[in-house]
Amino acid sequence: MVDHLLRHESGRLVASLVAIFGPSKIDLIEDVVQDSLVSALRHWRFRGIPENPSAWLTQVGKRRALDALRQDATLRRHEHDLRHRLESLANRPRHDGLDEQIRLMFLCCHPELPQADRVVLTLKLVAGLSTREIARAFLVTETAMAQRLLRAKRAVRERRLSFDVPESEELPTRLHGVLETVYLLFNEGYAVGQGEVVADGDRLEEACRLGALLIRDARTSTAAAHALQALMLFHASRLDTRSEGGMLLLLEDQDRSKWDRRLIQLGFEHLGRAMAGDVLTSYHLEAGIAAVHARAASFDQTDWAEIVRLYDLLYANKPSPVVGLNRAAAIAMARDPEAGLEALAALEGIDRYLYHAIVRGELLRRAGRTNEAREQFERALKMPSSTPQRALIARQLSWLNESQRR
Amino acid sequence: MPKFAMLLFDNPSEFADLSPDQMQAVVQEYNAWCQEMAKAGKFAGGEKLADEGGKVIASRGAGHGVSVTDGPFAESKEVLGGFFIINAGSYDEAVDIARSSPHAKYGASTHVRRIDDV
Repeated sequence: MVDHLLRHESGRLVASLVAIFGPSKIDLIEDVVQDSLVSALRHWRFRGIPENPSAWLTQVGKRRALDALRQDATLRRHEHDLRHRLESLANRPRHDGLDEQIRLMFLCCHPELPQADRVVLTLKLVAGLSTREIARAFLVTETAMAQRLLRAKRAVRERRLSFDVPESEELPTRLHGVLETVYLLFNEGYAVGQGEVVADGDRLEEACRLGALLIRDARTSTAAAHALQALMLFHASRLDTRSEGGMLLLLEDQDRSKWDRRLIQLGFEHLGRAMAGDVLTSYHLEAGIAAVHARAASFDQTDWAEIVRLYDLLYANKPSPVVGLNRAAAIAMARDPEAGLEALAALEGIDRYLYHAIVRGELLRRAGRTNEAREQFERALKMPSSTPQRALIARQLSWLNESQRR
Repeated sequence: MPKFAMLLFDNPSEFADLSPDQMQAVVQEYNAWCQEMAKAGKFAGGEKLADEGGKVIASRGAGHGVSVTDGPFAESKEVLGGFFIINAGSYDEAVDIARSSPHAKYGASTHVRRIDDV
């Protein structure tokens, strides 16, 4: 069975049924889909996986939906039409539901929903994660996440949010919102700041899958979408080398021979497609930076001047403290640690950010300012962090102590 | 080699709260077990029984015909969900096979019966 087949089938089936019953029936649809999946589980475990699992699930989904239809007064009023549409859904055995899934993404990422709700709604409805799994990923209780999802779905109902790919003049802004959600999903999954793991594979994988869906549809496969896909693939290629023995590894300590060359190759293909147009988004710049790293034979052989140039553009485009921090680290490599520290000092509102303390400590250490470096790492240890992050900080501290004893 | 039936009983609500990923893991566990058994020549098929529409045909006593009633299967605590047919040299081996099956973990119970071939 394909990895996460049922998760992806869940998203496909939810999307197909929303297209038929409308977004106001999401709760009912989720029940129908869950029942259908349980039915698949109870069959397939005894009889094996059918040749066409999607078609099998669509058939069962259709039958469950017909049952639900009979029991819902508002749906029953349109019974004839809905029945007809359910039948035609079940009669398209090779139908992959791409259009419906894209429309569902636009619904979940609707500008009338708060950004945080867009991410969780996308995870629930399009990505097929359970409330418990999403709660675990966001380190909140299942009850809290269930309530948040309930609120988000109520907003979808009450505001009668549309289930459509927007018209051409509205499309760029709305697509921007969808890409932003995918980007957030990826970023949050890539740098987990609590708990035991370095990254959350589920969120990364789903972000990449959703990006790939957008690229398959002519209306949404823009240069920005390709750039975002490239950026995610480049980062995903390093995923397995980002920790060792439960400790987070910095880029310079990663084993580049283990970077996934297939993903890097794919990343370059998407970057090429992204560059074909005349738009330059922050995704282009971030993908460009990741591409320079992917191309470099070693950390020392990295084209740091090029990376600084791209960070300058990115910082002008998106002057966030986090971008400024990465830019400072790149300047330190292109010139010297003191230049990096200078760029770091110019940033505001970043003191509480864990990586500020780590990067500052690391630059001070390389500049030979041992005592100041120690202060930074000790400050970092007091901040909220994950176990692998703490292991890294502790190692840097022990290096400092060793170098002083010598 | 004698054949045995593994009658697989379920709690109907057992899987209702699983996530799609968890469901997939359960399916794969069963499928892997079936394949492993098949490779060892122990597996001879499996079927899933329908949940709804079961009937009970009961004799009213000799000469009084039969009664046909709907089985209250869905309401009962355990339902016969399906069966595997396995090849085993003895009851002991059949029981060992049944114990190694994922159904011992996920199902309500498993009844092992030898298929009478005499």
